[in-house]
Amino acid sequence: MTMLPAATPPKRLGLVIDLDTCVGCQACVVACKEWNTGGYGAPLADQRAYGADPIGSWLNRVHGFEAGEGANGRTVHFPKSCLHCDNAACVTVCPTGASYKRADDGIVLVDEDKCIGCGLCAWACPYGARELDPLAGVMKKCTLCVDRIYAEDLPEGEREPACVRTCPTHARHFGDLADPNSPVSRLVADRGGFDLMAEMGYRPTNKYLPPRPGRSGCGAAPVALEDASPKGGFLGWLDKVLS
Amino acid sequence: MEGPSKIRAKGNVAADEVKTTTCYMCACRCGIRVHLEGGELRFIDGNPDHPVNRGVVCAKGAAGIMQQHSPAKLRKPLLRTGPRGSGQFREIEWDEALSIATGWLSNIRYDDPKKLAFFTGRDQSQALTGFWAKEFGTPNFAAHGGFCSVNMATAGMYTYGGAFWEFGEVDFPRTRYFLMFGVAEDHDSNPIKIGLAQLKERGAKFVSVNPVRTGYSAIADEWLPITPGTDGLFVMALIHELLRAGKVDIPYLQRFTNAGWLVVDAPGEGTDGLFARDEDGRALCMDLRTRSLQPAEAAEVDPMLAGRVELPDGRFARPAFQLLAERYADPAYSPDQVALRCGIDATTIRRIALELAQAAFDQPVVVETPWTDVWGRRHERFVGRPVAMHAMRGISAHANGFQTCRAIHLLQALLGAIDTPGSHRFETPYPKSIPPGPKPAGKPEHIVPGRPLPGMPLGYPLGPEDLLVDAEGEPVRIDKAFSWEAPLSAHGLMHLVIGNARRGDPYRIDTLFMYMANMAWNSAMNTAETIGWLTELDPATGDYVIPRIIYADAFHSETVAYADLVLPDTTYLERHDCISLLDRPIGSADAIQDSIRQPVIPLDRDVRPFQDVLIELGWRLGLSAFTDEAGQARYSSYADYIVRHERTPGIGPLAGWRGADGTATGKGAPNPHQLERYIENGCFFQEEIPESTRFMKHANRDYQTFAVGKGMMPSVGPLTIQLYSEILQKFRLAAQGHGPIQPPERHRQRVATYFDPVPFWYAPFDAAHDRDAFPLHAVTQRPMSMYHAWHSQNVWLRQILGENRLYIATALADRNGLRDDDWVRLESRHGAIEVQVKVMEGVNEHTVWTWNAIGKRAGTWGLAHDAGEATRGFLLNHLIDDLLPDRGEGMRYANADPVTGQAAWYDLTVRIEKIARHDERSQPAFAPLQPPPGQAPSPPHVAYGGRFGAWKAER
Amino acid sequence: MHPTFSILLFTTLAGTGYGLLFVLCVGLLLGLLPTDPRLGLIAMGATLVMITAGLLCSLGHLRRPERAWRAFSQWRSSWLSREGVAAVLTFIPAGLLTVFWVAAGAAPWPLGLLAAIGAVVTVLCTGMIYQSLAPIPRWHHPLTTPVYLCLSLATGLVLAALLTGSWLTPSLPWPHVAALLALPVAWLVKWQWWQRTDAGMPTATIGSATGLGKLGRVSLLESPHTGSNYLLNEMGYRVGRKHAAKLRRIAVVLGAAVPWLLLAVALFTPSPAFAVFLTLLAALAAVAGTLVERWLFFAEAKHMMTLYYGEQTV
Ligand SMILES: Nc1nc2c(c(=O)[nH]1)N[C@H]1C(S)=C(S)[C@@H](COP(=O)(O)OP(=O)(O)OC[C@H]3O[C@@H](n4cnc5c(=O)[nH]c(N)nc54)[C@H](O)[C@@H]3O)O[C@H]1N2
Ligand SMILES: Nc1nc2c(c(=O)[nH]1)N[C@H]1C(S)=C(S)[C@@H](COP(=O)(O)OP(=O)(O)OC[C@H]3O[C@@H](n4cnc5c(=O)[nH]c(N)nc54)[C@H](O)[C@@H]3O)O[C@H]1N2
Ligand code: SF4
Ligand code: SF4
Ligand code: SF4
Ligand code: SF4
Ligand code: SF4
Ligand SMILES: [Mo]
Repeated sequence: MTMLPAATPPKRLGLVIDLDTCVGCQACVVACKEWNTGGYGAPLADQRAYGADPIGSWLNRVHGFEAGEGANGRTVHFPKSCLHCDNAACVTVCPTGASYKRADDGIVLVDEDKCIGCGLCAWACPYGARELDPLAGVMKKCTLCVDRIYAEDLPEGEREPACVRTCPTHARHFGDLADPNSPVSRLVADRGGFDLMAEMGYRPTNKYLPPRPGRSGCGAAPVALEDASPKGGFLGWLDKVLS
Repeated sequence: MEGPSKIRAKGNVAADEVKTTTCYMCACRCGIRVHLEGGELRFIDGNPDHPVNRGVVCAKGAAGIMQQHSPAKLRKPLLRTGPRGSGQFREIEWDEALSIATGWLSNIRYDDPKKLAFFTGRDQSQALTGFWAKEFGTPNFAAHGGFCSVNMATAGMYTYGGAFWEFGEVDFPRTRYFLMFGVAEDHDSNPIKIGLAQLKERGAKFVSVNPVRTGYSAIADEWLPITPGTDGLFVMALIHELLRAGKVDIPYLQRFTNAGWLVVDAPGEGTDGLFARDEDGRALCMDLRTRSLQPAEAAEVDPMLAGRVELPDGRFARPAFQLLAERYADPAYSPDQVALRCGIDATTIRRIALELAQAAFDQPVVVETPWTDVWGRRHERFVGRPVAMHAMRGISAHANGFQTCRAIHLLQALLGAIDTPGSHRFETPYPKSIPPGPKPAGKPEHIVPGRPLPGMPLGYPLGPEDLLVDAEGEPVRIDKAFSWEAPLSAHGLMHLVIGNARRGDPYRIDTLFMYMANMAWNSAMNTAETIGWLTELDPATGDYVIPRIIYADAFHSETVAYADLVLPDTTYLERHDCISLLDRPIGSADAIQDSIRQPVIPLDRDVRPFQDVLIELGWRLGLSAFTDEAGQARYSSYADYIVRHERTPGIGPLAGWRGADGTATGKGAPNPHQLERYIENGCFFQEEIPESTRFMKHANRDYQTFAVGKGMMPSVGPLTIQLYSEILQKFRLAAQGHGPIQPPERHRQRVATYFDPVPFWYAPFDAAHDRDAFPLHAVTQRPMSMYHAWHSQNVWLRQILGENRLYIATALADRNGLRDDDWVRLESRHGAIEVQVKVMEGVNEHTVWTWNAIGKRAGTWGLAHDAGEATRGFLLNHLIDDLLPDRGEGMRYANADPVTGQAAWYDLTVRIEKIARHDERSQPAFAPLQPPPGQAPSPPHVAYGGRFGAWKAER
Repeated sequence: MHPTFSILLFTTLAGTGYGLLFVLCVGLLLGLLPTDPRLGLIAMGATLVMITAGLLCSLGHLRRPERAWRAFSQWRSSWLSREGVAAVLTFIPAGLLTVFWVAAGAAPWPLGLLAAIGAVVTVLCTGMIYQSLAPIPRWHHPLTTPVYLCLSLATGLVLAALLTGSWLTPSLPWPHVAALLALPVAWLVKWQWWQRTDAGMPTATIGSATGLGKLGRVSLLESPHTGSNYLLNEMGYRVGRKHAAKLRRIAVVLGAAVPWLLLAVALFTPSPAFAVFLTLLAALAAVAGTLVERWLFFAEAKHMMTLYYGEQTV
């Protein structure tokens, strides 16, 4: 049923992504594809696999941006997957009920058996978080690794998204953003985590932590070391310390 | 490729079998878990228990599945039927392949062993391959180090017995200030990423010195856009500042470095610049307490660091430190002077110097663990200077990289920041002696038909007497390693083999035997010409100038087509390997570590692990090391060799679970169940070393006693950091006409200049050449999601990076009226390429760069001819000459570091010009190669994993 | 947005069809049309053919058409679903009306009324599908649905003029007159839509989308992949400003000016045959003009997702 849950879900499971530590290594991107292509729904296909302009479906992609001019600017790597919005128009526009948002944990999913591949939900997502599979013809999107996080046959510690587990710089955090005391919520509070395109009113669950300000000392008053011994020079000073 | 998919029961996702092994999608050697379902690869993830990667894998590691399913896997031994490069082969049986190879090689062995050049790439069995070459009797062996980072390794080994390159690590949990020079990815890719996250977490400052702001540099607290090749100037300016302010760790310098050693001051004499020594050959210092000459490494000395003393024999000497101080006090090394050249302004250099001093001296890190130094003195704690440095190819891939890297180590030592808490630390089994023994074997008298070399072909010369040169001082080795042209080329010079062999300089060879190196493409300087040399005919004989080429690859790379005999290897998931302490170890500062690979999926093709093949060849050739008394094969396989081979009694490839009962570490009898133990433990071995042994290893008796016990060190004793390098001075003296072994006239000037015992900066040769015509530096970077040539055959990874652009600075773009995707002609003194640009802010304005090894030759790697890798991808290699222009020496030197022979990839300079390319194809374009016989056409599309069964969510 | 032909054809054919249906029904209800079975056959036949053809085209856009029936289930939230439901429901009165008209020469008013309402609702849903999409600012505009309704009515009238004209002589051919009025109005609304949506831009920037704007000018350094992807193929479409301006003029000329003149002339030509011929040309022009308008409707619309792929503003 593509009506959104009446009340905001008791749990809001999602990701917190740290733009300050992401080095753009693409590990999460491939881990995501690797896990999900053999897991939830149809495999994530790749067309023209070994030809010109290969095109496949991916649930998580890392963009690279530059912000600001010259040496004072920043290069920011920007991972993006479904943000599991509370106000998910991608769900309400779906004519078949294939797209839905879970009432208990807020995860937005696609029931691929119902999907007619009309693509309207992708149009309705301002974040570009949905991709139609080139072969299966059904809509693909981040599942928040719903098949991992509740998996009874995985060890407790491994019940987290594939992308989170593999991120070497801990730029990806998974948790419940409805609980103000959860580690992710505290991270968001401490680091000033923000919503992407808040003005759109989609109320994304995923949050982004801004890059920390650089500490280049640019602009600061010039500083330098004091001379050891103005007269004797370094060797003069050395004689003093050693004799 | 997919079967009918079942629907998984709720909550059931784990695969039915999980095997551990070691990743080999790059040389980081992370521990992985391979999840198998019905014997098929379901998922590869990081082994959470593994010390290297602690559960993470990178993009390449996760894409291992698609590497295993590459359409470009070789399937069967191949024998060339058409002309070289035609790609015409016929599939043959292994027995035929091995007898052909044996035939060729045994002739050479009994005629002139050095006519075999055996060169390997970034394999991790150099302990075996080197040993094999030694047993065969050819000095012409090397792995890829010479074109990789031998500058870095050698500078470290000759300075402090360790190195940034794989043998040392940053103390990420403790450091307060991290200065990183020229690193995009490094071999330690996952550990560095994990470490950087720790720094960020703790708010330690991370400064990246790099012309380009991507990857690691993107998250640095401060990015210093240095001009390529000038790091030495920057570092020496920092040293200038620290010395000016007296912000150096005097006690550390006196105790742990040769700063106080007395250097003979006898200009023109054969002893000038050598250390003053007593009759037992012990270096002397002027002890300030007793005001007398004392052995500098004695327990209770307080060495004088400045001044001039008269020696008993009347000669005068000065402490090494005085020479250093005088050099860097020179205004030439002042921030204001260097700022102009290195693109970092003087105020920034001064501030960085201040920040370094503050981090090092105002907030020392203390580890409360008592330890005893090699002089037997007990210390209550380890006191650290929490300043760490790391460097990689941004430093080493320049012709001044050796001296620049020495300068960085000098900077570390001045701050007392080597192997202390919070600084750069030795990884076991390092430190070794400075430099480590043994010396290279392969002097003319060592090379005897039918006999092994007396020692390993690679090593560390201690002076001219250790060079591999003939009576005239000319090179013995085909790559001219350990000759006057590259005396300290500790890893050999793979990048020169093909060119030299073709030029017959110093001589022609018979067979070129290569393993895992794409020498006809991305690892060749001067790619186009290299291809020409591989196919060039000798008018005299009508045969190829390089008569025979044997190549072992696992995939259809650009080089396969140029081999006469192709020995197909397995993938990393199909074989045994060992990551050995005898080779390039994975040890950490806190533990002894090594690991293995085990076959996790069965072979589906007629290929064999190259190590098995090499061992069988060794036996077929009758090499005694591989043949038992009965004349039978000594080892049934590489796995068998790993377990039973002993390099010296008790010491074998693996350190873990040795001894008949498997309780010994490092030293111990072979243990027939060793591999089982490794597999039970996740395919790695780790033994934490005692708390008291973890720092100051160069002078820590607790550590050294422990290390000797484990066979990691010859003896206990001070390993004094060689700020002033007497070994370099010995070469220089020879060049100045002293001693029995002297360079030929034409090399003297050069050796005398660049073997300066005190680090100095000089403009990298190729970059300095004709600056006005070629004003821009051109470098490459490692993409984090691609490993050299390997990954264009990987469906997933090639979607991320399937073609490359030339990245240029906004200012440069504006000057040339260039916008994104415009076509340009990029020209060096050597060649030209035509490629597309991408404009960016975060790059030094005199520098252009691109991703390494994305360009592919049409027809290779299972790719369609019109694949982006071939039509828009490109290599900078076409622009890089393997030789320098004749600079008036009447000859052409290699485009390399004069000390180590390290390939100077990043000395490339170019000019840029806007052009129109209506065919939208990058140039040069090469004739497509044809796939080997039996290679199935690549599938039009891939939808992997359907057979594992969809998992269904219920609402 | 990428102009997909199946969708262009669908909205144009069905739009015109529903417009025609509406006009016929109103005509019948007001007694302005004779209930001659032959007229019923021709007019209603044409209407149903156009609508059905349009709907079939829309199926062509689905990657899993065999499941199309599922699209009727979510009328409570989804305009696309509502459109489907409305379209199908409208067939019932429209079909029955045809039967009565052709078989019995009768047009029971309840059927006419229901069919007329169905036609309006269906087109309204179509418009709302686009108007409701916030990530596509140009579509997310209160005039979007009116444009669909107006153009559907206008083209419907032109067709009505063509099909009914010859039956109405000698009495006043009111569809001609109505069309002459509706065409300028419809295209005036469309013109307004262009003006206002142009003025409304940009609504978001690469800086606001990434939240990096405060650091300075933001630009894409590396796309997540050098290959293409579904999003770029589907929504990354770009059309040059000049090109678009030219096409706008073509649309207006073809869709409004040409049919208007032809109809005007037709109105006063003595020869009925020639009048019908001119009206036929007018109908073709009107439909062609609408097709161009629909192409631009997509081509000119930018999706916010493109900001993450280097688009500076949307
Ligand atoms: N312009 C430029 N050129 C460079 C560099 C640069 O930075 N810029 N870097 C240089 C450096 S540091 C290096 S190390 C070299 C690397 O250059 P290479 O050592 O040539 O590296 P690869 O491209 O990985 O080629 C190695 C070959 O190993 C094969 N291979 C992969 N897996 C296996 C296996 O399991 N078994 C066997 N037998 N073969 C296998 C691959 O198919 C490939 O043909 O490139 C050098 N070239
Ligand atoms: N993902 C991935 N990992 C790899 C590899 C790979 O191909 N892919 N290759 C492996 C191999 S063989 C090696 S040798 C290592 C190499 O590891 P790195 O040394 O990290 O490799 P490079 O990409 O050559 O990095 C050189 C860096 O130095 C910068 N640079 C260039 N010139 C200068 C200079 O003059 N000064 C300074 N300060 N910086 C400079 C470049 O911008 C670049 O960022 O990586 C290993 N790891
Ligand atoms: S794995 Fe982590 S660091 Fe790498 S791209 Fe993803 S988020 Fe960034
Ligand atoms: S990110 Fe896009 S796909 Fe995900 S919930 Fe929000 S709107 Fe829907
Ligand atoms: S593509 Fe599938 S999921 Fe998306 S709206 Fe259409 S039917 Fe719903
Ligand atoms: S949570 Fe799972 S599905 Fe979503 S991006 Fe991460 S790995 Fe992919
Ligand atoms: S860094 Fe990546 S590719 Fe290299 S060994 Fe580790 S996981 Fe494998
Ligand atoms: Mo390398």
